[in-house]
Amino acid sequence: MAISKEEVEHIAKLASLNLTEEEKERYANDMTEILEFANMINSVNTDEVNETIGANENYNVFRKDEIVQTVDKETLLQNAPSQEDGMFRIPKVIN
Amino acid sequence: MELYELTVHELVEKLEKGEVTSEEITKSYFDRIKEKDSAVKAYVSTMEETALEKARSVDEARKAGKTVGKYAGIPIGIKDNLCITGTKTTCSSKMLENFVAPYNATVIEKLNKEDLVYLGKTNLDEFAMGSSTENSAFFDTKNPWDLDRVPGGSSGGSAAAVAADIAPWALGSDTGGSIRQPSSLCGVVGFKPTYGLVSRYGLVAFASSLDQIGPITKDVTDSAILLNLIAGHDSKDSTSVDVGEKDYTQALKNDVKGMKIGLPKEYFGEGINPEVKEAVLAVAKKYEELGATVEECSFDVGQYATSVYYVIADAEASSNLGRFDGIRYGFRSEKFENLKDIYKNSRSEGFGPEVKRRIMIGTYVLSSGYYDAYYKKAQKVRTVIKNSYNELFEKYDLLLTPVSPTTAFKIGEKCDNPLEMYIADICTVPVNIGGLPGMSIPCALDSNGLPIGFQLIGKAFDEETILRAAYTYEQNSNFRENRPTFKGGNK
Repeated sequence: MAISKEEVEHIAKLASLNLTEEEKERYANDMTEILEFANMINSVNTDEVNETIGANENYNVFRKDEIVQTVDKETLLQNAPSQEDGMFRIPKVIN
Repeated sequence: MELYELTVHELVEKLEKGEVTSEEITKSYFDRIKEKDSAVKAYVSTMEETALEKARSVDEARKAGKTVGKYAGIPIGIKDNLCITGTKTTCSSKMLENFVAPYNATVIEKLNKEDLVYLGKTNLDEFAMGSSTENSAFFDTKNPWDLDRVPGGSSGGSAAAVAADIAPWALGSDTGGSIRQPSSLCGVVGFKPTYGLVSRYGLVAFASSLDQIGPITKDVTDSAILLNLIAGHDSKDSTSVDVGEKDYTQALKNDVKGMKIGLPKEYFGEGINPEVKEAVLAVAKKYEELGATVEECSFDVGQYATSVYYVIADAEASSNLGRFDGIRYGFRSEKFENLKDIYKNSRSEGFGPEVKRRIMIGTYVLSSGYYDAYYKKAQKVRTVIKNSYNELFEKYDLLLTPVSPTTAFKIGEKCDNPLEMYIADICTVPVNIGGLPGMSIPCALDSNGLPIGFQLIGKAFDEETILRAAYTYEQNSNFRENRPTFKGGNK
């Protein structure tokens, strides 16, 4: 089953990626080939088994809901591409 | 013998006897880095000033008779997807080129308690996605045994650094073979512990149900030592497991008598280079001579592991990498008019081609209409693979396989075909699918003088049996007499 250019465009939109025409073509080919390879798993009988969700048996791990000071706000904001008054700065969202 | 040629346990002996200072050791490494790293290119960044400062303070503390950790003052290289407070953690990506870690990874906290000295951050395939370190957004790392060849990946910087003696040991991370495969291609020891043994807190996430941090070292003893330093339960990683206090060096016994080793026949057939096969079978013979029972077995479902891997790993990656949006940290595009533009343009300009490819596949297999056929199915096959391992480990203490189907390949050789690159992981990926421990141990050189490694796979949380068998092999062989030649690299 070949992945079409339209499907690549749809997936890129879901993934928040812009692709050039060249990339679209490239990824359509690569994805077709890789997914064909992935399709091998369909020849395994899994009628009697459940999904493995994590690598070990841990399921829910709870902790007390307590406030702890981890990293301070100023330190975290240092990596922000744009900031103002201790907040992340983004373009206007509501017109 | 130069200081940089010694293993960590040899260095510690000299430190304890007062024959050498941490400053001398650290200086010896930076001299060596200056001499060799322009050719090998293992480091993304080095930390000479802070390293020497740290080394001197450890020396002073030792001199003043203060209690210091046994490994205080020993240098180490750190893969650049592990956070060290106040230093750049780039993941070899344009996306994080200027990211300064605001906190320490738990493994770094643990090494800080021991007063280790950081030499620098090592190169990797962007976000640890790759098997050759060619996906680094910055530069290729070269294999010290042949500079025209790849060191493997994704922890290629860490493995090449240890092989080139520009780090005595290093930390890597392994999602589908990223510690073991480069260790095999570079002729060093790489250990992926059981999933959950080492906290992943502060490791930039690639595929959360597969990622695990582990040691890359010159020998098996150093591997046990470094595992001691980094293992342990951590409340900051809900998948980490409490196995109690263990001293892995206790497992270093030169004895495999009565040990049962399975040889899955699927890893000795088509697709495995004959020289690799021959070398690994010679290891099997050696184990028999040393008193172990070696028996051929079958791991038929292993053939599906790579398919399962690329569904699960890419699904998890597409989800984990969703956080890179150009708002809170990381690269932000200069071209935007609205919020959506920031997301899209920052991601499109910040991620390299392989990362985008994996995000695309991951998004596809998780998207409506395909979730059940790919992601859910892959998780079920993962269970089948785990069950098959469980059956094998009812009969065997260890499984013995190659690490990589070939020795180090030429730079550029597999760049055009992603699937061909993915197949480089066929021997290592199943271990991550099973969440099991696996180690790569060097055993021979091929006819081109390139290292070959063998892999030991153990039961979950039975790192000790792997260490014992690996140590026994090492004590009864002499791979470390071979040294990297630094040939080639004139192009």
